[in-house]
This record gives sequence, C-alpha cells and structure tokens, in this order.
Amino acid sequence: MRPFAYEAPSSIATAVDLLAQGGERARPLAGGTDLLVQLRLGLREVDWLIDIKRIPELRHISYDPNEGLVVGAAVTCAELGEHPDVRRHYPGLWDGAGIIGGPAIQGRATLGGNLCNAAPSGDSIPAMIVLGATCTIAGLQGTRRVPVEAFCIAPHRTVLRPGELLVSLHFPPPQARTGACYLRFTPRAEMDIAVAGAAAWVCLSEDYRRIEAARIALSAVAPTPLLVHSASAALAGQVADERCLAEAARLAQEACQPIADVRGGIAQRRHLVGVLVKRALRGAIQRAKGELPHD
Amino acid sequence: MSHQGTPRAIRGTKRYTVIGTRPPRVDAPDKVTGRAIYGPDVVLPRMAYGKILRSPYAHARIRAIDTSQAEALPGVYAVVTARDLGQTTDRTAQVGESSVSFKFLCDNNLASDKVLYVGHAVAAVAASSPHIAEDALKLIKVDYEPLPPVTDVLEAMREDAPLLHEGMYTESLAGPSEKPSNIASYFQYLKGDPAQGFAEADVILEREFRTATVHQGYLEPHAATAVWSPDGFLTLYTTTQGSFDARAQVAEPLGCPLSKIRVIPTEVGGAFGGKNISYVDVAAALLARKAGRPVKITMSRAEVFLATGPTSGSVIRLKIGAKRDGRLTAAKAELFYEVGAYPGSPVGSGAYCIFASYEIPHGQIDCYDVVVNKPKTGSYRAPGATQATFAMETLIDELAEKLGMDPIELRLRNIAHEGTLLVTGNRHRSIGAEEVLRTTRNHPHYKAPLGGPHRGRGVALGYWGNWGARSSAMINVNEDGTVTLTTGSVDITGTRTSLAMQAAEVLGLPLENIRSTVGDTDVMGYSDSSAGSRTTMATGIAVVEAAKDVITQMKARAAQLWGLPADKVIYERGMFRANTPDGIQEMSFAALARQASAMGGPVRGKGDVNVRRWGGAFGAHIVDVEVDPETGKVHILRYTAVQDVGRAIHPGQIEGQIQGAVAQGIGWALYEGYVYTPQGQMLNPNFLDYKMPTTLDVPPIDVVIVEVPWPEHPFGVRGVGEVPIVPPPAAIANAIYRATGARLTELPMTPERILRSMGVI
Amino acid sequence: MTERVRVSAVINGEPVEFLCEPRQSLLECLRDILGLTGTKEGCNDGNCGACSVLLNGRLVNSCLVLGVEIQGQEVTTIEGLAHWDGLNLLQQAFVAEDALQCGYCTPGMIIAAKALLDREPNPSDERIRAWLAGNLCRCTGYDKIIRAVRSAAAALATPRQEVSK
Repeated sequence: MRPFAYEAPSSIATAVDLLAQGGERARPLAGGTDLLVQLRLGLREVDWLIDIKRIPELRHISYDPNEGLVVGAAVTCAELGEHPDVRRHYPGLWDGAGIIGGPAIQGRATLGGNLCNAAPSGDSIPAMIVLGATCTIAGLQGTRRVPVEAFCIAPHRTVLRPGELLVSLHFPPPQARTGACYLRFTPRAEMDIAVAGAAAWVCLSEDYRRIEAARIALSAVAPTPLLVHSASAALAGQVADERCLAEAARLAQEACQPIADVRGGIAQRRHLVGVLVKRALRGAIQRAKGELPHD
Repeated sequence: MSHQGTPRAIRGTKRYTVIGTRPPRVDAPDKVTGRAIYGPDVVLPRMAYGKILRSPYAHARIRAIDTSQAEALPGVYAVVTARDLGQTTDRTAQVGESSVSFKFLCDNNLASDKVLYVGHAVAAVAASSPHIAEDALKLIKVDYEPLPPVTDVLEAMREDAPLLHEGMYTESLAGPSEKPSNIASYFQYLKGDPAQGFAEADVILEREFRTATVHQGYLEPHAATAVWSPDGFLTLYTTTQGSFDARAQVAEPLGCPLSKIRVIPTEVGGAFGGKNISYVDVAAALLARKAGRPVKITMSRAEVFLATGPTSGSVIRLKIGAKRDGRLTAAKAELFYEVGAYPGSPVGSGAYCIFASYEIPHGQIDCYDVVVNKPKTGSYRAPGATQATFAMETLIDELAEKLGMDPIELRLRNIAHEGTLLVTGNRHRSIGAEEVLRTTRNHPHYKAPLGGPHRGRGVALGYWGNWGARSSAMINVNEDGTVTLTTGSVDITGTRTSLAMQAAEVLGLPLENIRSTVGDTDVMGYSDSSAGSRTTMATGIAVVEAAKDVITQMKARAAQLWGLPADKVIYERGMFRANTPDGIQEMSFAALARQASAMGGPVRGKGDVNVRRWGGAFGAHIVDVEVDPETGKVHILRYTAVQDVGRAIHPGQIEGQIQGAVAQGIGWALYEGYVYTPQGQMLNPNFLDYKMPTTLDVPPIDVVIVEVPWPEHPFGVRGVGEVPIVPPPAAIANAIYRATGARLTELPMTPERILRSMGVI
Repeated sequence: MTERVRVSAVINGEPVEFLCEPRQSLLECLRDILGLTGTKEGCNDGNCGACSVLLNGRLVNSCLVLGVEIQGQEVTTIEGLAHWDGLNLLQQAFVAEDALQCGYCTPGMIIAAKALLDREPNPSDERIRAWLAGNLCRCTGYDKIIRAVRSAAAALATPRQEVSK
C-alpha cells in the first residue's frame, strides 16, 4: 500500500476543508471495508485519508413517523440493524444493508460507504433507490441534496466533487399500503458479491388489489445500480397478479445491461433479473399487505 | 431437520483402554488461547521482512533484471535473484508424495531464464518492514520478452502449441518423443482386451468430463524465517508437512550439506498436501545470508493462489461397458491432467483410483502429464483421485439408471475384494469396500423420504490407497515414570494425540503421563512427510516399536534388580512382575523408572521404520440436495459419510477429518475453481471469488465409522484423512441429476452450468 | 514512509501506546508491533475472519481497521480471553468438542462466537451458523464448531465457577 496521511476531524466544516485541500488525492474513510482493499490492490490511490467517524452528524440515526428516517453516512450496518425502527418501518432497506458481508463487516461497513463506493453490485443501493431516498452532501459552497438514483454515475464514480462529503441519507416516512423488498442471487448461501439483485417498492390501492405505484431497481447488471423506469411505469394501475409481475420482469430484463465477468454470465444475469424482479415484487406486495413478519 | 453426527463403529471392540476413546487434543490449549506459533508468527531479534517480486506474464523470457534502485531504497537490506543460487545438477528426487527435478525446483523458487506462470517468483527483497519491502519490489526493473502462453490441457498437447520447456520431450515406455512437447510423460495401463470387453457389453456409456484447478485452501499462508550463524549454519523455521523434505529442498539449491541446516517445523495452519513443497524458504535463506540478519517471508493470500501448488485441472474421457445384469465387462479412460509449469501431476494416482472400486476384466487407462502456463501443481488430499472418481462414479450412476438398478446394488455387483487385480496391475490386499457399501445401504438416510420438490439423492464410492514410508519415533522415560514421545512427523491433523494414544496403549500408562511432541531435523531420524494419510499408521508403527523397546529395556532392568533372566519378567497394566524364589516380585513402571537410569543409563526406546505395505480404504457418501429450478442454486440438505478406517484410534478426530474433507469436496463440487483469462491471468486469487464453503454452505455431516482392520498395523489402522474428499463431487452430481434431470460433467457445478444443463438459459 | 503516528488505546484491558504508519492495519500493529500473534492473517481483505477482534465490544476484521483508527478505543483479542491459569468457557467448549484441527481459524472463531454470545445468550444452530459465516474454516467442516458454541451457550447459562477474565 502506498503511504498516506491520516486525519480524524470532528466537524463537517473541517472535513470539507481537508477534502478540498486534498482534491482527488483525498478520500473520506468510513468503515474502510471497500476502501482499504482497493488501496492495497492499487485500484485507488490516496495521499490523505479523512476519517469521518468522529463527526457527530455522520454517526447520527433517527426516525420520526412524519419526517422519516435519517441515517448519517458513517452509521454502520450493524447500528442500522439494531435501531428498532429500521427493521420495523424499512425492512426492504434492511434486506440489502443486512447482507453486506457477515457480522464483522457489518460492524464497520456503512450505508454511506456502500453508496459512495458506487459498485454496480452495491447491495444497499437498489432498496435506497426504490424507497426514494435522498443524499445530503456538504461542500465548500454549502449543502445540496441529490436523489440516490442519480448519485452513482459510473462504476466506482459518483456525483461528489472534490471537497464534497456525503453527510446523510434521508428516507421518506413509510405510507400505508406500501412495502419494499430486495433480493439478490449469490452462488454460495451468503458472503458473496451479488451476481444480480432486484429491489421493488409498491403502493397498493385501498382494496389492496391494484398496484397504484411501483419502483424497480437492479444491482450488478448495469454500470450503476439501475432504476428501471419502464418496469416501474408499467406496473402503475395494474392488478397485482402474476401477469403484471411477468411483464415488469420482462421490461427489467430489457433494460438491464449485464456483462460477463468472473461472477456470472450475460444470459444468466439477464435470466436472474427476471426471476428476482418477480420475487422482489411478491415480497414487496406481501409487505404492503402487512403479511410478511418483520425481522 | 438437523442430524447429529453419531459415529457407530462396526466391528468395534472394547479390547482397548485408550484406543477408541476421545481425549482432548494435546495441542488444543495452545490453539484456543492463541499461543501456538505458526509460521507467520515467528519473531527473532533484528528480523527483517522479505517479499517476492512475481511475474505479471504467464510466459516470458527474462532478458535482464536491474535491482539497483531497490537496493538503494532506505530500509532495504538485501535483494536476491536466481543468480544468487549455486549451480544445481539436474537430478530427480522424491519430495513428499511426488518426484521432482531439482533444477525445476530451483527455478520455481527464483526463475532463471524464463517465467512460466503469472506469479512466478523472479526476485526477493528483505527490508525493515513489509511495507518497505513491498515499496522496493516496485523499484526492481525486469526486462521481459513476452511469449504466447498456453493454458488449456488439450491445447497444450497440440503439435503447434507454445512450448514451456524447449528441452522437454515426452517420456514414455517407448522412449522419448521425437520432438519436444508439453506432454511431459505418457503412460498406459492395460488389462486383458478392452475391445473384446466392449464387444461383450450390452450397454456402453461414454462421456467427457472436465474439472477446474482447485486449491487446498489452507488458511495459513506459507511462511519461513531463516537465520544463519557466522559459521554457515542455517536454522529455518518453516510451515511444512515434512521437515526433512524441507531441509532437502533448501540444501540442494544452496549447496549446503544437510548437517548445516536445521529445520524447525512451526505449527501448521492447514496443509492437505500443499505444504510438502516449500515456496519461500530458499528466498528467505538467500536473503538472510546476504542481509546478515534473520529474514521472514510470509505469503499473501493472492500469492498462495498464484504461486503455490493447486491440484490439476483435468479432462477425462471415460467409457464403460456392462452386461444387462450389471456386471462390468470393460472400462477405458483417458486422463489428461494439467500439471502447471513443471512435470509431476498426480495423474498416476488418478489412474490407480479410477477403477479401483470394481472388478473389471478388461481395462485401459491412458495417462498424460501436461505442462501449461499455470503454477506447478502440488498434492491435494488424495491427489488425482477426486477428479477421476467424479468421472467414474457419475458414469456408474448413469449405468445404474439405464439398467434400472439400485445404485448401490450395481456397485455391490462389481465390488472389488481382497485379491482383485486392478487395471493398473496392483492387487488389492485386505480392503473393506463391501462392508462400507452394505453399511451405506442399511443407513436410514438411504431410504429416508426426500420431503419436497426439486430434491434428489446421490451416492458415490471412493477409494484412496494411502501410504506407509519412513518414520522415526523416540520415547524417553523420565525419572518419575512419565515419558516423552518425540517423532519426526509434523502434526497436521492431530497425530501428536493419536500417536500418544498408541504409545499409552502399549505402555499401559495413562495418556496424561505422555508428553507428545514433534522433533526437528536435529533431533530425529529421517521421517517422510506427514502426507498420504500415513502418520497415524506408519509413524504409529514406529511409536509402537519404540514403546515395546522401552518395555524390553525396563524388563531387563527389573530382571537385573531381581536377579532373574529377562524373559521371566512380565509387564501388564503398568506393573512389572516376576515369580522369584522369594515369591512374586512386582514394581510399578514409575518406581522402576526412578531406579532405571542409575542402573543402566537412561531408558530410551526407539522405532525407525520404512513401512512398505499399507491398507487402502473406501468411503461411500449419501447426499440430498435441493436445486432452485429458477436460479440453479444448490442447497445441500443432508450428508452422510461412511468410511472404513481399519481401527479408530480417536473417533472424534476421525469425524473431524471426514467432515472437513466433505466440506472441501462440497466446495470442489459446487463453488471452487481457478478462473483464467486466455492470457493466463487468474481472475479470482482471493477468498471472495475463490469461493470456499462457509458455515451456511455445509450441512451437519453424519459420520459412520466402519472398522475392517488392516492386518499389518498393530491396531489395524488404515489412513483416514484423504479418502473422504474423493466421493463428494460425484455424489453431489448424482443428486443434482435426480433433482433436476440434468447430468453435469464439469466441475464446479455452478448455478449457471446447472441452468444451462436444464435448458433454462 | 510517512510520519508515524502515536496511538493510545486499551488492549485486553491494558493501556498501550505505540507508533505506527497510517497505512499499517490494526492486524499488523497487533502482530508486528505489540507481539500479539494470536490474531491471524488469512486473506487481508475481510473474507476469512481469521483476524477477528472485538473493537469496543463489536466484532470486526482487524485487517480492515487501521492502527490509527483505534486511538482511544478498546480492543479485545484472543489473548485477552483467558486467565493465565485456565481457559474461559468458550475455549473449554472448543477443546471438549474437538472443534479445531489446525487451529488457525480458532482465535477468530472464538472471538466471533464470544461476540455472538455476549449479545444472544441462547442462539439457535441456524443463528450460530449465520453469525459465523464470515469465519472460514478449512479443516473441520464446521460441525464441531457449532456444537462447541452451543455447548458454551448452555454452560454460560448455568451458574458455575469460571476462571476467566
């Protein structure tokens, strides 16, 4: 690993200053579970690591039934899972966040880090997209907000400019008759990077028979986690039956752009998108109906 | 439903006091507290850290190496290349379980004229920290002339394939080939008249199989620490299965007499055959000599994958013929085994095992040992047998289905016995194949309901020949009647305990009175590597000999005390006893020990053996799987492993060995495999994408111990550790077939391959 | 090499101070600077668990923590689990159930198991397997490890004398 300097600021302002000074050669350090590996492999290079774990706003997590959920960028997956309201009100988010590695990784990995790493296969990202989460970003010019689906722009690249820091993620309060679910495919039981993943969010009609609105997002089958507009639109107003699930799956298969790599093939990935979208939709619909138990 | 592993010994006896019990492992307390010292844990004063520069090319000529900038980096103590090695004569020697050319061994330590695989060692640096050593590697300039690589076994056999060794000709009984070739050797086994045998068959099945390169996957990387004395004496702490083999592998390249090298084996963090060959010891020794300080080299995980000794990937073409009643009439196999950069694959033992389970009147096995631009293969637990058995046991399963026969019934109809002549010309001695199969058929798992859709059950039978070879044991009697047992056998599985148990049984002493240790090369007589499942068996024979030697000597002392001829003294249950004119005299072992030293010097029993006959063993496995028909994902529901161990010295350790091997077999079957680019770059040299089974991928494994004692070991021991890795891939393939209707002929049986076989993608 | 940083932390209940480069992992600092070689390196990228330690009571892979990050924090390693003259209940269970062979994964396994039992005194076998999924073992096939953790959980639930820290 190339040598680098290390700072641990305790305020956003200081962190932003340090990041701005370092430019492309400085990166924030949250859990380090992706970053340290990349530094060792030479996939990234830094001269400064700015440890953001001592900044209170970034460690903050809170839930309010009217305001929704705010998760600081440096909140670990383990802390997320231990918060009583996350599993209760955002089980779809926990589907993704909770399978990032095993308990030791969960003890360090963060939602913010998973998003900023911007891997095409980031397990927490599709659920964040379908839940309509937004990012709060601090920079020298002040604060700005970006919807999660616009955050990742290419494999391992985000909209963050030099000197900018992801501060927190905001999830809208859950509404009645909505549910979300994320599923992924891995060859082993767990502990793998997703070969393909799908998140679904639905809002059901008053009689629970129709899908009023839906969002579908995919992981590991495009350069970035992908919000599938066509599938989302096609579900709106449909009776929630297998036929419309199949149609959404087909549209998602059309929209995805899988590659072949050491983890999976193109035909396999495209096929899995179809399978996972249907299964994720079924899970989301069950949750919207209040049928699946919360973990 | 979870099944607890409840071993049941068939023909088990209560004749023994210690044998067959389950005492705690003697090395356990150090291991559960983190006190045990493994290779990477060694620390010496003034120690420097070494790192190795490795080739980025799969095949290239080395034109020049410039190490000057690296040498000038502050903190760097020494840099070495192949030029620092002495002249080596090209000769062959037995190292561990394979034979090796010492020139190739030197080149594999530090490449001289060519690099033959990505990761091939080219230079080494010693520095004050591992980070500085790594920084220094980047400053070494190597001028490579890239050459086209060949990475597929069948491609490498073609006449126009790029040659790894321009001076290598195919060795065969017909003499060397006319032209140089990547086929290092070819040999054929023939029994009877296969053409006639196939002509007599009612059913003939023929398939081609492929298996990927897989790694032993031990968690501890290779590590060695070398330190020289001013008078040229080398002490080497190293992670190895065989201290004496490790000594030989360093002595030759360095041009050192064996008496100038002491190898101290560290605690081994997993080996499975992969630590017979040393990969960092020569570089560490060279660096330490040049730097004038101790040097430790520890491999990284990527280095372990790229530059140690995984087992052969293979192509196997198999054809079997049988009568309608199930009797095999003929069998023919072509085994094409990739050996990596240098010759010496386990194709021979694959040939030995492929038909070893059955009576086959006519057979032919053609074996090809083929070099390719990948790391030189090493031994991996029953080397060569798992690949071969995957082919044979799935084809046998297909035959059973075609004939409408129960899979175990078909196997019983053809099963080998003592006296069976194998296609390879060996004749089975005492074996327990039939007992294992009958026990398997009678196990409740075999008839249990599957309990759901998309589920299937598979069985497979596997054989491994095991090994004997040379061992050295010494028992010192302490003044208080306790004893110290030392052998030259590195403990990679728990043999400190199983050997002490054998000593305790013979000596009639409680196990707690025996301190069991492993001696280094200064202390013990030559011992072959702890490999081939030989240690509890062959070193056990040496230990029993040493124990009997102790008793003989002690009897002589007692006789001297009592004024009797020695043959009048008996020893039983810890007491020496004799009828004398003054009545019965008796004395405990401890009491006699207190006097023995003063009487005739220290009592030390020794056993030095070369065990030339050993018992092969069989294992049969039953596995239930569930396959998700939409994704091809396999879930293993239930697993039972039945195995003949001859005599179970420590049933708990045996269960552990079998369960561990089954887990490796599951990985080999479903998840593991080196993935290469056509340019010979390995894409998955890490534990994320080289997928070994986790707790969630392995079910509880029921172990059933069968005992058909091997007559030529004092307690009947047969080797245990390797047999159980042989059946799993075939058993799982057969289960997947029954769950999905798809027969897979390629390992690993990934979800993608399963979906393809099912016609889903 | 950049300037080394002074780090003060509490390791196994004892205050320590050491100098390290920012690029040195906690694993390297434990092993190479502090002489605590009980924690092992298996992969150095968070995929095997051999380097498991507790950081402020939480299970982490020490290969993915930098030494400088533990400033003012508390770390527990395998060396911190047993009193000098005995083994703690988890360690005893591993010995009694023969839940180890080569022993290389064992320190990480025991630390991970401790983290589980500290939180959930009565885990099911499925829960134990899920929790330990990040700790690879190549020797045992996991069966006896699960039994050992189950046995330790039962023993911890029974009030008895225990010689441990």
